[in-house]
Amino acid sequence: MANTAVPAGASARPNYGSMSRDRTWALRWSYFFLVLFAIFFLMPPIYMLITSLKTSAEISAATNPWFISNPTLQNYIDLLSQNQFLVFFRNSAIVSICVVILTMMISVIAAFALARMKFWGSATLATGVFLTYLIPETLLFIPLFKMFAWVNETFGVQLMNHWWTMIILYPTLTVPFATWIMIGYFASIPKELDEAALIDGATWMQTLTKIFIPVALPGIIAATIFTFTVAWAQFLYPLAFTTSTSELVLPVGIITTLIKGDVFNWGQIMTGALLGAAPPLIIYAFLMDYYIAGLTAGATKG
Amino acid sequence: MAQVTLRKVVKKYDEVLAVRGIDLDITDKEFIVLVGPSGCGKSTTLRMIAGLEEISGGDIEIGGHVVNDVPPKDRDIAMVFQNYALYPHMNVYENMSFGLKLKKTPKDVIDQRVRQAAQILDITELLDRKPKQLSGGQRQRVAMGRAIVRDPKVFLFDEPLSNLDAKLRVQMRTEIKKVHQKVRTTTVYVTHDQVEAMTLADRVVVMNGGIIEQVGSPNDLYHSPATKFVAGFIGSPAMNFISCQLEQAAGALRVRLNDTLSFPVPSDRTGRYTPFVGKPNLMLGLRPEHITETRPHTEPNQHDFDMLIDVVEPMGMETLVYFTVNGREICGRVNPNAGAEAARSMKLRADLSNMHLIDDSTGKVL
Repeated sequence: MANTAVPAGASARPNYGSMSRDRTWALRWSYFFLVLFAIFFLMPPIYMLITSLKTSAEISAATNPWFISNPTLQNYIDLLSQNQFLVFFRNSAIVSICVVILTMMISVIAAFALARMKFWGSATLATGVFLTYLIPETLLFIPLFKMFAWVNETFGVQLMNHWWTMIILYPTLTVPFATWIMIGYFASIPKELDEAALIDGATWMQTLTKIFIPVALPGIIAATIFTFTVAWAQFLYPLAFTTSTSELVLPVGIITTLIKGDVFNWGQIMTGALLGAAPPLIIYAFLMDYYIAGLTAGATKG
Repeated sequence: MAQVTLRKVVKKYDEVLAVRGIDLDITDKEFIVLVGPSGCGKSTTLRMIAGLEEISGGDIEIGGHVVNDVPPKDRDIAMVFQNYALYPHMNVYENMSFGLKLKKTPKDVIDQRVRQAAQILDITELLDRKPKQLSGGQRQRVAMGRAIVRDPKVFLFDEPLSNLDAKLRVQMRTEIKKVHQKVRTTTVYVTHDQVEAMTLADRVVVMNGGIIEQVGSPNDLYHSPATKFVAGFIGSPAMNFISCQLEQAAGALRVRLNDTLSFPVPSDRTGRYTPFVGKPNLMLGLRPEHITETRPHTEPNQHDFDMLIDVVEPMGMETLVYFTVNGREICGRVNPNAGAEAARSMKLRADLSNMHLIDDSTGKVL
């Protein structure tokens, strides 16, 4: 296209079209890699979808795995009519929503204090918050077991084998990261904005609720999406700390109840995984616009 | 009753002294401009008056009360920031009414005040817009509106026009002056632009290196600068400084620039300058408008000399000529029709009645 569209006067200005030619090539490469990555990352979910529509017999048959000869919704019907899948789903939903609320309440306030109220040690504390995120969760099993035992001995509260324990457990993973995201976001809000609010007579809390939270909404939504995804997909903690079927959350529930010994119920596993992936997907779809839109536009010179 | 008083105010950042004990009395309804190069402490001073910076020493009084430990919201001030600092998620009306709402002012009072301020600033039709839908000049007006509606004791402006383009800046400058004439609130205005300072201020405070160099009306600063810094900072193009010596020859006092160039000192200054005869490190300060082309009629204290012109800059209503004396570039302002040409000799005229003699070792104007 770039070659054919060169106007008649082009020979007098030979370099004139090079910008658009560069752009054309940049776009071609971009599309090439975008398509490549899209295929690479969409393959597993598509495979999941295809497998979930097959009967067990067809899954184990030696046919082309990308084709479905007898599509059926039997896996969906079986899974959704089982009470335990719905229990897992409910547990996951309650845990995730509570974790999001708890995490955002803690991290927004913490980030505001760390980013704006310059107090002694605030910078060190901010780094410390992030460092806690770098500790692998697998290292925390044993100390957590010990803590749970201590809580049980001291207060008589059994934290083991309860889905609601996850509500206090997951924030140890989500709060540091969400706080870190919010510190970055709050730091990008011009200092004059809180000074203006201060002069207008706002208290720190009013500055946070009336200025910072609305202005940093894209950041809060980013942190919310992150927190929800972590909470929804968390596997190791519930695997380690819950055992009864009624106490399992979705990712662990699907694996432990649909794999019996060495029998893998692939059709239902794939169906469960696909249904489990739906809530984060829906949330992403709804919040993506907010996530991308920059609300700070127009605050200052910009 | 809203005079602002600064007594020995000091600001220290760790070991750096940003403001070194300044004293300043601002009277009620006065428009004061703090001006100086960047890092001179002018913004810090303003922010200390606002309460956004703690003071390290001294006292600040607003309306007769010491406000050292009073939080910004209780100082009854309003501030306009360089980057406007409008709340981006609120429309213009909400931006302007935010402070009043926090003070739990009745709704009808808020509405009346916002509309009145909007009328003063001619932004009534913008009240429903968000800041991002406004141009730079409009945003600046809203920022001023937000300050006006609160009806504060003191307005503080922190380089409010720096983000606007040159044309809009001149327009908004007039606007600010008009607004001040209407509302007559004590105003402290910070700028690095000496033209802004001169045009707006009742009195200008020239700051440099954390101290006040001079306080005075724009004309005072221009015609009787106290220090070399003020002399060089106020006025554009800047005042020329030429190293010189004072000599007593044949009963008359002369400023000698070099072997070939010397001028008699105006008779009304001989008494003042005689003690400095033979003193080293003296400088002659002469503004560009006091170096002109030669004219047929000669006033007292005007002296002609020939000079090789290096550069000519036509400005339209005048032409700037540059030449070199004692290794320093000197600027003169001549009539566009005087026929100034680069690399040509030209007969120029120095008007010594407006000369300044400066002791370069102390920086003081003698």
